[in-house]
Amino acid sequence: MTGVEVHLREQRARGRKLLVPYLTGGITADWIEYARGYASAGADAIEIGLPFSDPILDGPTIQEASDRALARGVTTRSVLEELAAVRLGVPLIAMTYYNLVVHEGAAAFCAALAAAGVRGLIVSDVPLDEADDLRGHAETAGVELTLLASPVTGPERLARIAALSRGFVYAVSLMGTTGERDRVAGSAALLARRLTALTDRPVLLGFGISTPDHAAEAATLADGVVVGTALMRRILDGATPAQVSAVVAGMRQALDAGSPSEVSGSASVVS
Amino acid sequence: MSDVSLRPVSLRPGSTLVGRRTKMGDPDRLGRFGDHGGQFVPESLVPACQELEQAFREAWADPRFRRDLDRLLAVQAGRPTPVTPAWNLSVELGVTILLKREDLAHTGSHKINNVLGQALLARRMGKTRLIAETGAGQHGVATATAGALLGLRVTVFMGERDMERQALNVFRMRLLGAEVVPVTAGSRTLKDATSEAMRHWVTCVDSAYYCAGSVMGPHPYPWMVRELQRVIGDEARTQCAAELSTGVPDYVVACVGGGSNAAGTFAGFVDTAARLVGVEAEGGAAATFGRVGVLHGFRSYVLQDDNGQVVEAHSIAAGLDYPGIGPEHAHLADSGRARYVTVSDDEVIAAVARLARTEGILPALESAHAVAWVLRAADSGELPPGCTVLVTLSGRGDKDITALMERL
Repeated sequence: MTGVEVHLREQRARGRKLLVPYLTGGITADWIEYARGYASAGADAIEIGLPFSDPILDGPTIQEASDRALARGVTTRSVLEELAAVRLGVPLIAMTYYNLVVHEGAAAFCAALAAAGVRGLIVSDVPLDEADDLRGHAETAGVELTLLASPVTGPERLARIAALSRGFVYAVSLMGTTGERDRVAGSAALLARRLTALTDRPVLLGFGISTPDHAAEAATLADGVVVGTALMRRILDGATPAQVSAVVAGMRQALDAGSPSEVSGSASVVS
Repeated sequence: MSDVSLRPVSLRPGSTLVGRRTKMGDPDRLGRFGDHGGQFVPESLVPACQELEQAFREAWADPRFRRDLDRLLAVQAGRPTPVTPAWNLSVELGVTILLKREDLAHTGSHKINNVLGQALLARRMGKTRLIAETGAGQHGVATATAGALLGLRVTVFMGERDMERQALNVFRMRLLGAEVVPVTAGSRTLKDATSEAMRHWVTCVDSAYYCAGSVMGPHPYPWMVRELQRVIGDEARTQCAAELSTGVPDYVVACVGGGSNAAGTFAGFVDTAARLVGVEAEGGAAATFGRVGVLHGFRSYVLQDDNGQVVEAHSIAAGLDYPGIGPEHAHLADSGRARYVTVSDDEVIAAVARLARTEGILPALESAHAVAWVLRAADSGELPPGCTVLVTLSGRGDKDITALMERL
């Protein structure tokens, strides 16, 4: 599997808007089937949440998903073991909180990701100033550490985040936690514009991207979107892998239809 | 500051100057005390933390701010609080015990020292709202009090289970005009209330000020809260000098949850030969049983399972039910300058009863942890006969009557 950034750049070069859906690792016994469903529905990469007991950047839905996975006895190791056994055909990105990294030791943690075929990493509570140590270990292991940018990030920090982030730049569209919203936040456009002016690296908007319309709108502002809560709520409500895959496919279609480069006919499904 | 070995401190036989070079000074640029501390928050909170650090530095260096705060501490909080010699208990134990009486501060605990400072800072920064989390409810009550006094709206996040255990304090907060938001996530106690307060803070950083209740959270909170609580130690240092022929006590003892009353107390004695002892609840002893981790924005010792999931703390004292410990305490433990010990719930209840009967003082269950260790250590001979011990009584026990009725 190629790296996250190489893959995302390739897909973007084809004129495609990028779709990165999120899945809490171990949410159900057959959670890998949801990941397969994401991949076959046209995901360009998949974020796998490694569940943590105290997720301070997550709203109620992903908190509940984490709690449910933990109640099933899921651990960082068990999620990585299951991932190591499958080939999904798209890059995998682990998303978690720093305590799980510190617990294993950053070097061992990053090596374990790489061994399981996970090529990217997002740690919600490690901002730019605290990232040096982790970035070094990630680089050594061949794991791309993606940094988050926020609407309140100042110009100088934003430039450094854009320069040091790997894989893509995660543009947090609003001031809040993860969760569904009625509309794409007004702050998304400005942040996306600021970031795309700073870097050629893919910029993805996340937080509150809840519907195909949201996805299409956000994708006119940036290179693509991260979608989490809208999918996790359905899984918590009992939707099957096929049903959730159909939701991802709906997002894919909206992105392809709304994409200015639709005419190039490059909107095929990656799998 | 001069090297403490040059100070004319008269040492008792057996006293040593262990780890005396650890000072409780400013943290480094990244907010670190040794390996601990830092600013592990989502990017959306970084500018707010940086703005706060700047604002506190300026305020703390501004004589007018210090004067305003000192006046509030005097006329509202009732400072200075006295140091009370525990005559009867001292005779029984054969050691000289002095009590630093934070239980006599307004709202019934040391929490008011910190909150008045932060509320004054919030107003100076142009914020209109205070957000806080609370466990036992003492910090919530203190925040509600400061909000009422300084005209700031107050929202307090509190675990649903703690709301049941501390119904009296929930009522007090509401009476003082605060909004109390029940937290139903996770273990429904302080750790979850803290997470929820931080989540809420992200949504309103412009108008709201996050008022941390202890020496925890991202930089600058551990440092700022210790500075605001050092009034305990600074006063006690002067008071001990007047009470004791040795000038400083041989031992300085305080209970530790997050560790704010202990940090404030220790700050007054860290440059002396006094042995510093922090007393944790057996079921919430991060310094004793924790492993290095990152929780709620800082790196420190955290109680966690074999997979790195943070575990719930258990103590009869709701104020000590926290799975972490302030980063500066972790550093004091690493350097050996302070020692951290644990006591059981049973020892704590016995200590409440004993202090009530010998001195006519009803300490909070939290504060009784410090007393419980002194009772044990005097009994075992670990405290040499004739030595002097300062114990910070962080709060009064009125809030705990129901819990005590169930156990006594």
